[in-house]
Amino acid sequence: MKTNDVIIQFTAKIVFFIIFFFSIHIFMAGHYTPGGGFVGGLLTSSAIVLLVLAYDLNTVRTVLPINYIHLIATGLLLALGTAAFPMFIGKPFFTHFFDYFTLPLIGKTSLHTAMLFDAGVYLVVVGVTMTIIQRIGEDD
Amino acid sequence: MIDKLLLVALALFSISIALSLYRVIRGPSMPDRAIALDTIGVNLLSSIAIVSIVLKTKAYLEAILILGILAFIGTIAFSKYIERGVIVERKSND
Repeated sequence: MKTNDVIIQFTAKIVFFIIFFFSIHIFMAGHYTPGGGFVGGLLTSSAIVLLVLAYDLNTVRTVLPINYIHLIATGLLLALGTAAFPMFIGKPFFTHFFDYFTLPLIGKTSLHTAMLFDAGVYLVVVGVTMTIIQRIGEDD
Repeated sequence: MIDKLLLVALALFSISIALSLYRVIRGPSMPDRAIALDTIGVNLLSSIAIVSIVLKTKAYLEAILILGILAFIGTIAFSKYIERGVIVERKSND
């Protein structure tokens, strides 16, 4: 029997972007409202899992050519680098800095180095989840 | 007055969840169980909305959206397993 899943594939094309932008929102809003790197990473990987469910592993690997193990390493390096940077200028390990900047189009914004640490957590969570699902999915 | 109404609505939603739970346990076929689990997810989402009105907080709005997304993806995975017998395909057949 020839299967035909045009409805699920078209829905996945649209819903993927909704889930992905919502995960970016949750990641950015984690400093003042519920959310943060962990939930944002899980939502991003669930968006990719939706693509894997609607299509198949090879198609998703062609569309998103990401080596998720390298993604884990990048996230760990980012988190460790953010934590270790203050040691080189005479501050204790894990000292964070923040300041107010005036950005174009956004206005006065508070930028904090905890954001970079959170980005490391985000990359590690996406990498670990997608590695687990890919390895189990292509196992016979 | 509005508090009592919200509590009544919460009780009705829990009755609805209990009835869907009966369908999950006694459902004759697997698609019945998948649909009942999806209904439980939607009712749980509405219950969280009412609880957030009762507690007068906006902190649960992200939880509502995330629960909706997870119920959607879980139902798709469940129904794909029922139909094809596999959740993650390595390459498409056509």
